[in-house]
Amino acid sequence: MANTTVQQDTQVKEPIISFGKKERKLLLDPLNDNNPITVQVLGICSALAVTTLLLKAVTMALAVIFVLAFSNLFTSLLRNYIPKEVRMIAQLIIIATLVTVVALALKAWDYPLYKELSVFVGLIITNCIVMGRLEAFALANKPWPSFIDGIGNALGYSIILIMIATVRELFGKGTIMGWKIIGPTSEYLLNTSSLSWLSWYQPNNLMVLFPSAMFVLGVIIWLHRSWNRKLIDVS
Amino acid sequence: MQKYRYTIIFVLILSAVSALVLAGMYAGLKEAHQKNELLFKKRSVLRSIEHMLNRPVSKMSDAEVDQLFHEKIRQYVLDAEGNILPEEKLQSLGFVEDPAIRIDRVKESKKPLEEQLFPLYVFEKDGKKYYILEVLGKGLWDLIWAFVALEEDLNTVAGIAFDHAAETPGLGAEIKDNPNFAKQFIGKKIYDQNGNYRSITVRKGGAKDPLFEVDAISGATLTCDGVTEMLYRGIKYYEPFFKKVQSNQIEI
Repeated sequence: MANTTVQQDTQVKEPIISFGKKERKLLLDPLNDNNPITVQVLGICSALAVTTLLLKAVTMALAVIFVLAFSNLFTSLLRNYIPKEVRMIAQLIIIATLVTVVALALKAWDYPLYKELSVFVGLIITNCIVMGRLEAFALANKPWPSFIDGIGNALGYSIILIMIATVRELFGKGTIMGWKIIGPTSEYLLNTSSLSWLSWYQPNNLMVLFPSAMFVLGVIIWLHRSWNRKLIDVS
Repeated sequence: MQKYRYTIIFVLILSAVSALVLAGMYAGLKEAHQKNELLFKKRSVLRSIEHMLNRPVSKMSDAEVDQLFHEKIRQYVLDAEGNILPEEKLQSLGFVEDPAIRIDRVKESKKPLEEQLFPLYVFEKDGKKYYILEVLGKGLWDLIWAFVALEEDLNTVAGIAFDHAAETPGLGAEIKDNPNFAKQFIGKKIYDQNGNYRSITVRKGGAKDPLFEVDAISGATLTCDGVTEMLYRGIKYYEPFFKKVQSNQIEI
């Protein structure tokens, strides 16, 4: 920790906001080589809970991007003032405040969505990715890199969340973002003889239940590792 | 003590700033929140009579919903004996505008039955009255609720709109998402020929009695059983009111 601060302080007149090679690495690393879900295996509980529908996953992803970027930024701004013995409490206050801000804003902006998501938005507070980034990065780095790091990690989380949700919604409900793609029409519920050309597929009920998220996630991790050979030695 | 002074002051200041931000935001958005809650409920009420309106409720703007509600729907609040609460009583309870909408059945259902209040909406079209009741029950995971529109005979179902807090998408959530589930209820009866209370049963494996039963959703048996229970118990709460209307004690 001390090392990085000293290093940065010696670089005189470095602009506060810049976007160079270092920032690009901070932003893109968590999408692939250091993905919080598939490589670090954090934030699994919300990957289970909010991935039944794509719309829920996208909203959750946006909320996490906001919370993680800004809690990283604020923690980093306060990093030299936060007393060691209460740093976790201070981080929690920052996260909880931001999460409540998101929940209040969502309630005013899209009430039906808030009704569906409210519990899970509140649970961002306990998302290990957020606390993990504050501890591992924001406490030891300047505000701008921390902000970028927050966005990068939240994006890495979002990509996986959206992948899982797409698979689950498509095969579990036959829709994407609520649009019918495969499976029988709603008429089928009442009249099994009302078939259309899409109805060869029967929605797989397992896909909308929680265990399927684990299976899908497992497959994604497998594919990720067989595609990105670097990761195999990491674990 | 001296050692911890800075820590304590730091935590106090951080908490105070956080509390200030949240309190300010809460106060600033309170009006929008309340408006959203009322509109959400108004849409649900209108969904129960959607097929009698010109266009689908989901296509209407917030202003349209408000206007339609204001023009076409009358609101009443009933007590457990089926009496309509008079205007003064409502005012003393603080329900000035939209009295029925402001009744929270979740809170009411926790009180003893004699003290509970029930919302009632009356919609008129082509000289016919439709009574809309609210019922509340339990699905598989959490609460489910519905608005039931009855025809003037207080026996035939004219329409129904379900909603739920957390049923499984594609299974239990189909009570709301699949328009054909709610459509089945139209024309069903809640009393048999002799005037005995029957309510409507959601039957697994297909409806047997065309007057009192509808088909269940496969894979969502527990939610469907919840619907049956909700309708049986929920509509029964309004029975004293039905009796009073039928014996002309109440004029609406």
